[in-house]
Amino acid sequence: MTQAAPEPVFEQPWHAQVFALTVAMNEAGRIEWPDWAARFSATLKRDGLDRDLDGGDDYFRAWLATLEAMLAEQGAAPASEVRILRDAWEEAFLTTSHGQPVRVRDG
Amino acid sequence: MPHDDPDHPHALMPPDPALRVKALETILTRKGLIDPAALDEIIDTYQNRIGPKNGARVVARAWCDPEFRQALLTDANPVLAGLGYYGRQGEHMVVVENTPRQHNMVVCTLCSCYPWPLLGIPPGWYKSDAYRARAVREPRKVLAEFGVTLPADTAIRVWDSTAEIRYLVLPMRPEGTEGLAEDELAELVSRDSMIGTGLPKVPS
Repeated sequence: MTQAAPEPVFEQPWHAQVFALTVAMNEAGRIEWPDWAARFSATLKRDGLDRDLDGGDDYFRAWLATLEAMLAEQGAAPASEVRILRDAWEEAFLTTSHGQPVRVRDG
Repeated sequence: MPHDDPDHPHALMPPDPALRVKALETILTRKGLIDPAALDEIIDTYQNRIGPKNGARVVARAWCDPEFRQALLTDANPVLAGLGYYGRQGEHMVVVENTPRQHNMVVCTLCSCYPWPLLGIPPGWYKSDAYRARAVREPRKVLAEFGVTLPADTAIRVWDSTAEIRYLVLPMRPEGTEGLAEDELAELVSRDSMIGTGLPKVPS
């Protein structure tokens, strides 16, 4: 459980991104922190039923699933829109040459 | 362009969750709900500017200044706000002091509530099921795994954080530090000593 070497604050860039998105939505008044903690706790509990969460990637996957659910419910980011944009980003990564900035076209 | 043309390798494909995060970011930005520059600012803050050094400064000052210590233990919020360490999520900060009779340890059994302004982002183990489940059940054993052995007559109190209340442990000032200045003392205050899973370093 203990770790000798100093750990990076965020192991993966997307961990930092999903964290920042959530904090930004909280600061914009779209997510109340007690609601967030309750929902996130529920996700962690569900995910931890059949395996032990290590607090790393699985932790942020649960974080993302919680954020997606909350934003879908409030209509800010419906699941259907998220799927379309996710695929658009995948396509953009596949069709952008290495070293070039990856962008999706304005919908 | 063909997807797997070896002469034109495409940009490195991020993992699925990263694509979903990008999708959310794009949607929320297009709707004007977030500003990408604000996201960068938040990441920079937590990656580079907020961390256990903040908490260490508070602890060192409490060791040197009895009035500050008393104010911190009575109601930490105004004291910390005065130093610029206020919770972005509007949480209430409580500082709990270690004594020879009682050692304090912080956990969040439900998720990972943590005093961000003072300690930054929690380490992986703090977020793990193992720590969250065992800190309350067998704190002495967990402490031993962190290399901390306390006298048998020191009670261990475990504080369970919530979205509303976050805890910071005020560790005991190590012996032999009488001559040290505040900023030298701060160097001795480790992150784990402020979570209660460690003790301050002893000056060599």
